[in-house]
Order: sequence, then structure tokens, then C-alpha cells
Amino acid sequence: MEFLENSYFLLALTFVVFIGARILARRTGIALLNPILVSVIILIAFLCVTGIPYEKYTAGGSIVEFWLKPAVVALGVPLYRQLSAIRKQLLPIIAAELAGCVAGILSVVVIADLLGASREVVLSLASKSVTTPIAMEVTAAVGGIPPLTAAVVVCVGIFGGMTGFRVMKMTRVKSPMAQGLSLGTAAHALGTSVAIDTGGSRYGAWASLGLTVNGLFTALLTPAILRIFGY
Amino acid sequence: MAILQLAVIFAFLAVGELVVWATGTTVPSSIIGMLLLTLCLSARIIKPRHVEGVADFLVANLGFFFVPAGVALMGYFDILADQWLPIVAASALSTVIVLAVTGHFHQISRKYLGKNGISRK
Repeated sequence: MEFLENSYFLLALTFVVFIGARILARRTGIALLNPILVSVIILIAFLCVTGIPYEKYTAGGSIVEFWLKPAVVALGVPLYRQLSAIRKQLLPIIAAELAGCVAGILSVVVIADLLGASREVVLSLASKSVTTPIAMEVTAAVGGIPPLTAAVVVCVGIFGGMTGFRVMKMTRVKSPMAQGLSLGTAAHALGTSVAIDTGGSRYGAWASLGLTVNGLFTALLTPAILRIFGY
Repeated sequence: MAILQLAVIFAFLAVGELVVWATGTTVPSSIIGMLLLTLCLSARIIKPRHVEGVADFLVANLGFFFVPAGVALMGYFDILADQWLPIVAASALSTVIVLAVTGHFHQISRKYLGKNGISRK
């Protein structure tokens, strides 16, 4: 059994599990079977069953995690490609994103605090609306628990993707542009994929704009907002 | 020129780290690097071909890079068991709020600010 603790074996297993989970997600098209969520659950189950300590797993895992920061830097390329779309509607987009970003951070912090969440958990929830790599970076920077953020972000994406259109119908968000933008802002890449499935690539462009701009605003504003609220 | 593209990405990350080190900001270094990369691309200081191949690969496989980070959740089962209610309730309610607020602000500001936000052309 000792071989199972070999870090290259664990690294190879991580690749295989993720590729399998991605094929499963593509074949079934079920939002709940998000490849990241499924891979994490399978790998945690594997480590629990075999009794391999997390420390052994991270020896290989940290090599993968290392690429998280350069991958976030690389997001500058799609952001650059969207600049012309942003320029065309600069003020409405900034107004909507600023409002959505601040409302998202404030509401999750206040509600979690009222319901008795600990300081660490509140800090980990602040960035829950934005795409996982950005959210984890923000959580690490403000002193929360990044893996908790990762789990919450994926669940928020699934929830937002599944309920988004119903919520917007109830709250009378009618314009297709506003709907796409909101889905990307509230439910990052998962919301974006739902927007593309339902409304086509035009919705998708708006959703990915929401995802990018909110990611940026959340990264820039979360530390300040938390400080104002005494965290 | 994958090695050049990698060099560009890590150079921007290093500058981001430098800014964090020099200012003590809690904005992540990777976000600062991302912004500077976008700025340099739009100012044509660097050309898209200097980053595109590797950057597109990294973005397309973003999901994979945070799987090991997610596995770290196994160290926090006690927190989840203890505080699942505030976590679930706050996240769900806040998501509904973000959807409504973003959508309405966009609809209203487009109505009053005009299409490009300055005037109706």
C-alpha cells in the first residue's frame, strides 16, 4: 500500500480523475456534476478510504496548485479581448458591476455574521460570487480558508445557474443584456454556461463580461469593504 | 514561442508580487499582474502573440489547477459540520440579491445614462 503515497502516483491520479470528471460532465450535461466538484469529492474519498494523509497528497498537489497564480494572470488576455465591448457601454457596466459586487460582499458577510458564522468563515464567504481562482486568491489575501471558498464558489455557481432565470423573472430583470450580465456576476463560469445554453452566445458574451468585471472589482474592493466592517 | 509566453506571464506575476511586497496591499499579486497585462496589451507595449498560446492554455484548463486546492477541504470537515447553515443560507440569499441588484442597476443606468453612458447618440 505504501506505493499509493508516492507523489507522482497521486499527481497522475489527479489528472485521470479530472479528465474522467470532465468527460462525465460533457456527456451528461448535468450542472451538479461540475468536474471540479466531482474530482474533489472522488479524491477526498480516495484519501479517506486509503488513509493517506493530506500532507502526502499536497507534495504532488502543490505542483498543480502552483499554476493557479500564473493562470489568473493569463485571464488578462480574455479581459483584453473584451475591452472594446466594455468601452461601448462603460458607465452602465461599471454602475451595474459596482452595485452587484458591493451588494454581494455586504449581503453575504452580514447574513453569515447574523447567523453566527465564525470570523474565518465570514472572510471565506466574502468573495463567493466570483470565479474560483480569483475567489481563492482573495480569501488567502484577507486571511480566510481558501479550500472552503473553493467549495462554496462551486456551489454558488450551481445554485445561481439553476435558479438564475427564475429569480430574474420574479425580480423583473427583463433585458437580455442585464440578464446575461447578472448571471455572470452572480454565478461566474457556471452562470455563463447556463446563459449560453439558454440564450446563445450573445448572452454568453454578456455573462463572461459580468464574470470578468465582478472578479476584478471583488479582488480590488473586498479587502477595503471587510476593513470598513471591522474584519 | 511557448517559453517566451511563459516568461511574459511570470514576469507580470513577479511585478504583481513586487507591488504587494512594496505596498502591503491585500489585493492578490495575480490580479495586479492580470490588470497590468491587460493594460500593456491595450497600450500595445506587448503584442497578443507574445502571450496568447500559453495564456489560452492556462485559461482553458483553469479548473484543473484548483482541484488539489479543493482537496484541502478535507481538513475543514469540522467547520462545515458546525457552520453549514450560515454558509448555505448566506451564500444562497446573497446570490439572489446579486442577480437582482446587478440586473436592475444595468437596466436603470442604461435608461438614464444612455447607451454608452455619456449621452444618447
